[in-house]
Amino acid sequence: MIAKRTRLIVAFHTTAAAMAMESACARLGAPGRLIPVPRAITAGCGMCWAAPPEDGETVRDAAREAGVEVAGWYVAEI
Amino acid sequence: MIYLDSAATALWRPPQVVQAVTAAMTSLGNASRGVHGGSLAADRTIYGAREKLARFFGCPRPDHVVFTCNVTEALNIAIHGLLGPGDHVLSTDLEHNSVLRPLYRLEKDCGVAVDFVPADRLGRLDYGAFGRLLRPETRAIVCTHASNLTGELVDIAWIGRFAREHGLLLVVDAAQTAGVFPIDMTAMGIDVLCFTGHKGLLGPQGTGGLCVRPGVKIRPWKVGGTGVQTYSPVQPAEYPVCLEAGTLNSHGIAGLSAALDFLEETGIDAIRTRERALMERFYGGVRDIPGVTIYGDFSREKAAVVALNLGEEDAGAVADALFEEYGIAVRAGGHCAPRMHRALGTGERGAVRFSFSRANTEEEIDAAVRALEELSR
Repeated sequence: MIAKRTRLIVAFHTTAAAMAMESACARLGAPGRLIPVPRAITAGCGMCWAAPPEDGETVRDAAREAGVEVAGWYVAEI
Repeated sequence: MIYLDSAATALWRPPQVVQAVTAAMTSLGNASRGVHGGSLAADRTIYGAREKLARFFGCPRPDHVVFTCNVTEALNIAIHGLLGPGDHVLSTDLEHNSVLRPLYRLEKDCGVAVDFVPADRLGRLDYGAFGRLLRPETRAIVCTHASNLTGELVDIAWIGRFAREHGLLLVVDAAQTAGVFPIDMTAMGIDVLCFTGHKGLLGPQGTGGLCVRPGVKIRPWKVGGTGVQTYSPVQPAEYPVCLEAGTLNSHGIAGLSAALDFLEETGIDAIRTRERALMERFYGGVRDIPGVTIYGDFSREKAAVVALNLGEEDAGAVADALFEEYGIAVRAGGHCAPRMHRALGTGERGAVRFSFSRANTEEEIDAAVRALEELSR
């Protein structure tokens, strides 16, 4: 069985937005990585940004500062 | 071979372009089709290229850089996606068939009206005609940045101002200028910039694209798999995926990305200066050869192209003799520019086109001059 844990999920409409997010987080030191979108979340892009929930503010700052178009913010156990 | 056909495609490419393509072909998965290392590597490569192209062309957003397989596909996407029944569009006599044929088709099949700003015997545009040909229903201007036949440079900044003043969209074909002449689509008032990767940008064939000003909506010309929004029955609305159905040429785009690095290191001003010097050396060498007729205006800035005819010789025969007897590669015929040939008075016979790159040497130029001298006797 795959172990589950609670994560902050950032969803996007396009892969380009996901790439912009990855680039912004790397540049600004925000934690997380790209993962396949969990089935519980409806989003346009096949990948999403997953990060520890406690780092939500840092991740949001990175997205805001880079002007990344975000489709949705979620916290899910996956 | 002495290659003087760079207006058709670059022959010399930076070694790092070849290395990048090779590395991509042995490492990249399918972009946006998975979230494993191979797929993400392709995504990162492609997005990095979007960022570089956005900076290079003054496109405000990397996600508004759309990849296609060449400039013809980009122009088809822009022209078919922006114009519809009842629209009037302005274009010019300088255009390549990649602009002309989509416009003719829309004119014939879709009720789009087209007028062409004329060129004179030297291939220079009559800029006053833009105003004279304007109609209330004029929606767009579609024009090249430089003629592929004579190298005549079009004042895109002037046309951009005209377009803004009259509420028109401006679509520019940068096939002959991208990578050599500075292009800032924001400063020049360009709404859609169409480019190819394999000429002045020094990337692989099979690469190209369009940079779209945010706010400009283009109807998708092709639809299909995108790797995103799978259960939607329609193409996603967001850029760039709205115009990118099917697997992207990540291998070629990797090469194009490396080529952009080379251009940044080298500087396009240095490239343009070098090409211009080679063109002027050639022009100076051939203009007084008896029987040589040269087309175009050499008194001002232009792309590094010289079109000519030799006496009453068939242009194809001249090109064939140059290659068979001297190993010099040039392009003869109509160059997919029928209106420009008619404007120059060469509609029946075509011309022989010599086009230059920074990779050419003075010795090659002199050899081409000597060859024409011998053929003229």
